[in-house]
Amino acid sequence: MAELRWAVTSWRLAAAMWMRAATAYRTSFVLLAAASLLVCSLDFVVLLLMFHHTDRLGGWRLPEIGLLYGTAGIAIGVADFLLGTVDGLGERIRTGALDTLLLRPAPALSMVCAERFTLRRLARPAQATAVLLWALHALDLHWSWDKVLLLAMMLVCGPVIFGALFVGLSSVQFFWGEARELQNSATYGGATLLQYPPDVFARDLLLGVTFGVPLAFVNWLPTLQILGRPDPLGLPVVCRFAAPLVAAAAAGAAGLAWRAGLRAYRSTGS
Amino acid sequence: MELIELDRVSRTFTVRSKAGRLRRRRHEVRAVDGLSFTVRAGECVGYIGPNGAGKSTTIKMLTGILVPSAGRLRVAGVDPARERVALARRIGVVFGQRTTLWWDLPLRDSYELARRLYRIEPARYAANLERCVELLQLGDLLDTPVRQLSLGQRMRGDLGAALLHDPQVLYLDEPTIGLDVLSKARVREFLREVNAAGTTVLLTTHDLTDIEQLCGRVMVIDHGRLVFDGDLAGLHAAGRSERTLVVDLARPGPPIEAPGARVVKVAGARQWLAFPAEQSAAPIVAAVADRYPLQDLSVREPVIEDVIARMYAGAVGG
Repeated sequence: MAELRWAVTSWRLAAAMWMRAATAYRTSFVLLAAASLLVCSLDFVVLLLMFHHTDRLGGWRLPEIGLLYGTAGIAIGVADFLLGTVDGLGERIRTGALDTLLLRPAPALSMVCAERFTLRRLARPAQATAVLLWALHALDLHWSWDKVLLLAMMLVCGPVIFGALFVGLSSVQFFWGEARELQNSATYGGATLLQYPPDVFARDLLLGVTFGVPLAFVNWLPTLQILGRPDPLGLPVVCRFAAPLVAAAAAGAAGLAWRAGLRAYRSTGS
Repeated sequence: MELIELDRVSRTFTVRSKAGRLRRRRHEVRAVDGLSFTVRAGECVGYIGPNGAGKSTTIKMLTGILVPSAGRLRVAGVDPARERVALARRIGVVFGQRTTLWWDLPLRDSYELARRLYRIEPARYAANLERCVELLQLGDLLDTPVRQLSLGQRMRGDLGAALLHDPQVLYLDEPTIGLDVLSKARVREFLREVNAAGTTVLLTTHDLTDIEQLCGRVMVIDHGRLVFDGDLAGLHAAGRSERTLVVDLARPGPPIEAPGARVVKVAGARQWLAFPAEQSAAPIVAAVADRYPLQDLSVREPVIEDVIARMYAGAVGG
């Protein structure tokens, strides 16, 4: 427990340093922040334009898709904000910067995840939160305790699952330096996938993102329950509540992958 | 007390090279090969050798960044690879060619982070900071962003950062590389003070002057093996190393004749005289000044690579 606390504390200390370093270039920070907000906002405009021509997509109305969009955006956004820079691992190994991080009395994962931390990456979760609030308002749902629980579950487990994907798949870079795209396609690609209803995708893909990369648990399955919709895969209802277990398992697997990678690095060097 | 102990430590790397269009050939390189030595607390040891000899690999194993392929390794009683984080609090590391300071932030911020990462008590931190500021003359630099510091200033900043937590061992990798004469002198002076205060120092360098002024003991590593362990005089004797007196005469002339020295090169009015490294240059200079129209002269220290090369030649020849 003390170890975990130190992992978080050391991450926070390093992240605060990066944040302070960014203020050395204030204008550039403001411009980049504005640009990311703009790009994020335009992202949802694409959906709005689509719905200009149709009022349903795969049988889902716009506010329903807004619920998916908002929860997916928050999940990837929060994970990316906290530890997204882990994807630069391969480059750090190549330049030898990882060795410098290993000299600090702190877990390597905390140090790598805190690298180039910036508040700018809050743009995505902020925009996703706005969309989510709008969707919840427009849906006019009949709230019951299980729906509240499912929503809270999505907001907590979603970031954990994406965080596990960031860390677990980045660990591959310990063995194969150019594996960055593998992780990027699962995380950023996966988040784009989750913005759309599962009904528009092929069955094989759905199986893949349920039992392979467990993206379906981030928001698809809980949202089906909240909206009272049928599951295109016909999975038992209990799966819709399984996100905490899946998130815990994914985080555990990611931790093991990271350890294995770091051990291999330290015993092979490069 | 033995602070660093290596017992037949080896480290191999697997290197893949292309062999044909698709095939890759793998072969093993021994960066460190059955290395054994101990360093007692309070020693200052120069760890030298040609490029690629295994110096950095050794340091990486001593800090716990790399796991040895074979052998036993202990620093301050612990296995570095197993207890990297705990050991990190007890050692200080300075890489001459890579700073650990935060580029865009004032030096003070990097120190403040060290205080919290190394959990240095406030009173001890204040005392150590004061000592570093005084000895390294950091007073004006503390509030300057690191990117605006000169190389010498940054090296002093790095040295300070490595010592705030009172490490038992200080590893230095080329601490004087690229520095001007004055900065080198300052760094050496500081290291002398640090060592005198009880910190064990292990430094790699290409500059024999660093060794001469700081280290009572030199270890030479080549091809991953320890080929010499002793004092500097012993190294010069083993390598039959020579210093060079460069003499500029008023006009070109025949080779200079001076007792104890021989001319190794003549180019116009400039001549190079070699003499044994342990011998004083003064009598030779006096003899030359006495008999030749002298304009200028300088003494060049032996180069590590040459000393080591001659040591091998000596070992093979005799």
